Amino acid sequence: MGLDVNAVFQIAGLGIIVAMLHTVLKMIGKEDYAHWVTLLGFVVALFMVITLLDDLFQKVKGVFLFQS
Amino acid sequence: MEIIQIVGFGLVAAFLALVLKEQKANFAFLVTLMVGAGIFLFLIDKIGQVLTMLQRLAINANVNMVYVETLLKIIGIAYIAEFGAQITRDAGQGAIASKIELGGKILILVMAIPILTVIIETVLTLIPK
Repeated sequence: MGLDVNAVFQIAGLGIIVAMLHTVLKMIGKEDYAHWVTLLGFVVALFMVITLLDDLFQKVKGVFLFQS
Repeated sequence: MEIIQIVGFGLVAAFLALVLKEQKANFAFLVTLMVGAGIFLFLIDKIGQVLTMLQRLAINANVNMVYVETLLKIIGIAYIAEFGAQITRDAGQGAIASKIELGGKILILVMAIPILTVIIETVLTLIPK
């Protein structure tokens, strides 16, 4: 589980795409769609981060003898 | 060497977080969270080797294993509490960060109670009646 650089780049790319989509959608007048796109993009990125955090906490539990 | 990987990874992530901060601050926060976890995941197996060596030393010196285990748990709790506090403080939530640190301190204190009682008892036995 070395340094997963591409995961970080995925999140950054997703963020930039969502930001662009937000402004584009706002320009053509579809304001509410813009907010939905931002929310969805955020949820996807959050899911990726949560899986990594879960892995981190499981490893920490394993290493630091948290048998409780 | 690994240190170059870690520093490079950190710098790239700092740059990405800066780029993302103007458009969408919450994605920058996610990038920092991801990198914090990623770097520690990279180090976790090295820490594991150090801890197993410590345990073997403790077993050879036939120290009571309960103390070593509580010590390792305290280190784990300290690390996770500090990780969470730093990330939340970085996101701008100082109040939540201090609450997390408070929680970490209290949990560590609770775990240290048995050790403290043993120390006090041994000190009392040393004092001549």
